[in-house]
Amino acid sequence: MTANNKHLDSSELPNAEVLLSLLAQKLKPLLRQNTALVGIHSGGVWLMQKLLALLENDIVTHGIEHGTLDVAFYRDDYALRGLKAKNRPSQISFDVENKHIILIDDVFYTGRTTRAAMNELFDYGRPASITLVALVNRGGRELPIAPQIVAADILLNASQHLQLTQLADGSLALELTPQNNSARPQEHE
Amino acid sequence: MNNPQLDTDGHLRHLLSIEGLPKKILNQILDTAESFAGVTEREIKKVPLLRGKTVCNLFFENSTRTRTTFEIAAKRLSADVISLNVGTSSQSKGETILDTVDNLIAMHADMFVVRHAQSGAAHLIAKHVPPHIHVINAGDGRHSHPTQGLLDVFTIRKYKPDLHNLRIAIVGDVLHSRVARSEIHALTTLGVPEVRVIAPKTLLPAQVEKMGVHVYHDMNEGLKDVDVVMMLRLQNERMSGAMLPSAQEYFKTYGLTQEKLALAKPDAIVMHPGPMNRGVEIDSSVADGKQSVILPQVTYGIAIRMAVMAILAGGGVQ
Repeated sequence: MTANNKHLDSSELPNAEVLLSLLAQKLKPLLRQNTALVGIHSGGVWLMQKLLALLENDIVTHGIEHGTLDVAFYRDDYALRGLKAKNRPSQISFDVENKHIILIDDVFYTGRTTRAAMNELFDYGRPASITLVALVNRGGRELPIAPQIVAADILLNASQHLQLTQLADGSLALELTPQNNSARPQEHE
Repeated sequence: MNNPQLDTDGHLRHLLSIEGLPKKILNQILDTAESFAGVTEREIKKVPLLRGKTVCNLFFENSTRTRTTFEIAAKRLSADVISLNVGTSSQSKGETILDTVDNLIAMHADMFVVRHAQSGAAHLIAKHVPPHIHVINAGDGRHSHPTQGLLDVFTIRKYKPDLHNLRIAIVGDVLHSRVARSEIHALTTLGVPEVRVIAPKTLLPAQVEKMGVHVYHDMNEGLKDVDVVMMLRLQNERMSGAMLPSAQEYFKTYGLTQEKLALAKPDAIVMHPGPMNRGVEIDSSVADGKQSVILPQVTYGIAIRMAVMAILAGGGVQ
């Protein structure tokens, strides 16, 4: 499947900020009383913060509940790779029980991060539902998990690593780097 | 020199002493513990990292707090835990330490947590085990108690985040204390500019200054303007020798009272590794007072032990 996927250059990538507003538009109809946003570190957390700002401006709510996840303790490759040097505490300060969770990741790839994130969420409580939102679906999933809402599909071959970065001015940008298996970042999978 | 704690890539393989560990690894453990601290507050206080692994608590010497917190830490990581009180098992029938260890390896143990009255016991086991097995020193003789040193620094960091700007006093029986040794190594490695020890000459090791500490024999001088007071347990069994006159006399000179604590900075914190001798090294009003962080130390001990086990079982931090 990935054989048909393209090899792209960073300059061919769409503008992340444009994708972000598209994502906000798509998300809006999903928000209801009992919705909470959860971002997966790092890119998903940046996106969540920006989405919160965009959505709270548009909608008269009393603030949307939100939290962050670092799935390091739930990954399926811990036995192979150990822990990362930088892991950040997960922070879910609201009650997960019966919430409609919007789970936000920057790049959807294999689905393994999503699986880990769902396992972690269930350790906080039993949500009413989980909706997976990603800025980009890069193709290559390995599990029966797929994002329900994406701003773009950019199918890439496995030799390329797509990630979201935060620039000095706080804006977000997509970036392509060669995939290096030994030092392969554990996010975005 | 070959450091048995690290593998050839410099990753942590065993935790035997703070001495010999680079600052980077100490910080990795402390930062990882930060993430584990939150796990305790969840509906389900468990993460699946050590699922399917077996952790053996080998306690050749009594301990309640350390053994219990190691056990809880392993369970919160989803490991299977076996706690052996070896004093009451085969050891008393004459089995050697390494035979005990070999038998547990034959039962597919993955990690050993070792407490022993002899210095170097954990080293001995670490040298003996095959590469996939990890050893954690939970206190060996007078030598080292690395997780206690780490949890103490973790506690200090929680209350006084800028370690580079602290004055810390360690008070009491430094001579017999593996805790003090581990604390001193951890604090100096992490860049605490002023570590003091306060004790009578008889309870200080020879040439203690070489560990990078300032020596005081007088509480009133030593406690002046410190940010952290770390009390040590006065081991009752030492009383019989000529080292000290009496518990009452010791309390008068080196016991921490509200009055003496007032010499430290107003926001100074008071720590004790436990078990406490109230009225010997610490007054009850201080132990239970506003500045005491003795119980938070116990809580943080779980996060530190989770971090150490998770880092070891994962083959170090990548």
